[in-house]
Amino acid sequence: MADDRAVPPRGPQDFEKVLDQSSTEAASFEMRDTSPLAKFHHFLHANPTAAPVVVLILSCLVFGVIANNFFSAFNLSLIIQQVTIIGILGAAQTLVILTAGIDLSVAAIMVLSYMVMGRLAVQGDVPAILAVVIGLGVGLACGLFNGSLATRARLVPIAVAVLSWVFLLGLDLPLIYVVPIGMIAGLAIGWLNFGPALELRLPPFIVTLGAWSIFFALNLWYSESETVRSQDIDATAPLLKIFGLRVELLGAQFTLGSFLMVGIFIVLWYALNWTAWGRAVYAVGDDREAAELSGIRTDRVLLSVYGAAGFLCALGGWAAIGRVGSASPQSFYEGNLDAITAVVIGGTSLFGGRGAIFGTLFGALIVGVFRSGLKLGGVDVLWQTFAVGLLIIVAVAMDQWIRRVSA
Amino acid sequence: MSLKPVMTGRGLTKRYGRVTAMDSADFDLFPGEVLAIIGDNGAGKSTLVKALCGAVQIDEGEIRLDGEEIRFASPMEARDAGIETVYQNLALSPALSIADNMFLGREIHKEGIAGSVFKMLDKKKMRDFARDKLTELGLMTVQSITQAVETLSGGQRQGVAVARAAAFATKFVIMDEPTAALGVKESRRVLELIQDVKARGMPIVLISHNMPHVFEVADRIHIHRLSRRHAVIRPQDFSMSDAVAIMTGAMDPPAEMALPEGAVLN
Repeated sequence: MADDRAVPPRGPQDFEKVLDQSSTEAASFEMRDTSPLAKFHHFLHANPTAAPVVVLILSCLVFGVIANNFFSAFNLSLIIQQVTIIGILGAAQTLVILTAGIDLSVAAIMVLSYMVMGRLAVQGDVPAILAVVIGLGVGLACGLFNGSLATRARLVPIAVAVLSWVFLLGLDLPLIYVVPIGMIAGLAIGWLNFGPALELRLPPFIVTLGAWSIFFALNLWYSESETVRSQDIDATAPLLKIFGLRVELLGAQFTLGSFLMVGIFIVLWYALNWTAWGRAVYAVGDDREAAELSGIRTDRVLLSVYGAAGFLCALGGWAAIGRVGSASPQSFYEGNLDAITAVVIGGTSLFGGRGAIFGTLFGALIVGVFRSGLKLGGVDVLWQTFAVGLLIIVAVAMDQWIRRVSA
Repeated sequence: MSLKPVMTGRGLTKRYGRVTAMDSADFDLFPGEVLAIIGDNGAGKSTLVKALCGAVQIDEGEIRLDGEEIRFASPMEARDAGIETVYQNLALSPALSIADNMFLGREIHKEGIAGSVFKMLDKKKMRDFARDKLTELGLMTVQSITQAVETLSGGQRQGVAVARAAAFATKFVIMDEPTAALGVKESRRVLELIQDVKARGMPIVLISHNMPHVFEVADRIHIHRLSRRHAVIRPQDFSMSDAVAIMTGAMDPPAEMALPEGAVLN
């Protein structure tokens, strides 16, 4: 036995001796790729907004040549007006997609929120400003509902919302008050953060697919499938249409809604790039487990993201009343897909953790430019849709290629 | 002079349903040492380590940090107490930069209103700090501190994770299989890093299956067997085959546990 107890080696093993003669650059961080394509690849990888900007500029140039009126101030400001709502929905969608999730209910949240604003202000005799605040609260509540199902769901707020609907309907209170009061009550109770919670962590795709139907049904129930008419809004609550007001700037007309959209993008850009919350959003989407181990409370981050998305959808709803003029429960049926399209064309990865908020603005503008340019060029609507479909596929292919930079 | 343990665990027990993953296990870590933990698969060493770093909550037993009894509800709390862990999967966010990763979950805000109201990050301060820490550990051949972690090699990523742990730990660092996924040369680099971190007086808990690496850097070896501490040996007194024999039950453990010189257990 004694022979076995030889003094164990301290220090490098025999087979490692040759390491002394080998290159010492193992731990250096040199760049190996130097071909122009590889450099371009790295550039796109490091600057996710670069690709959509290039595409936007190129498509503007092409359509400027093809279609005569493309570069008129009128047409350009029209494009911006047309992308306002989709841009805001896309901004909300970008937040969710950055966390490797998806929110299929953005358009439904928006429609429900603006129906609440419109009906309360016009038919419910609620001061317009209060109706707007309640509508924003409804959007926030919807977003938090999605977020809680994707993380841990507190049961008390949902129960409070449903029970107050039942109770208030039993008191014969009109529906237009019942639905928002119940949701706001749930939201307020949720703030207190107590009661049992279910660790559901359901996949966002399925949760928001279900939520889409739920919110859509709520919306039909609430609105009784009736549109709040434009002239009624003008008469009783002009505040609802404030984002439809136009201002003259550099010979073009811009709606206040366009400024709202740009403002939202600037605020989100700041939050994503200059705050710890923003880093956490990227980290959660990149690798949720790693983020958790790094000390990020991933459930909280996700909940805040879905809540913020719901709130932004409601803001978009306010702008939508201004844009459309009326508040119709049947509008924006394709809003979800258009918003996802803007995000994907804007270079944000559907797998999470990669992308930039301004990419979505450029993505929405690219779609707007394509539709406008093809229309001015006399191309049929179906080919406009065809072109947008192609754009999406090219954008996803680009994303896959860009992600391979580390390989 | 008496050397008191940084962390002790007594009677640590953890059950998962009917399975007892850890059965009244003990643990001692002393200042300035590298303590290796070895054990067969299923011996319960990862449960022990998770209990130390707050990822698992023990059912029974007590953990003391610098003599004070503590209980961690989450890895966050252990981290706030000064215990940093380098996880086997590194817990880095590939798309974020080196600097962002080092400060993930503990960002520095700007001073004044920009920081307090607008929560603005002090990116420059964080970059400078990250660069300093990597330079201290001789890793600053990094081309750019803003480079995404996914563009680094496995060893470089390990370097970033170790630098992060060493930079923020005030009590000790836990390293889970730091050389498991690395080549010969990069493993050597990480072993040197462990020595560097130890040289600053920072105790290290090293979990590894690699006997040569364990015997090279460890001051004491904690052998885990059948859900509890089976023996603690000094690498000078035993051979690698002895360690494996004790670990697998082929050899009886030594009667006495090895302690650092001048150590006192209370």
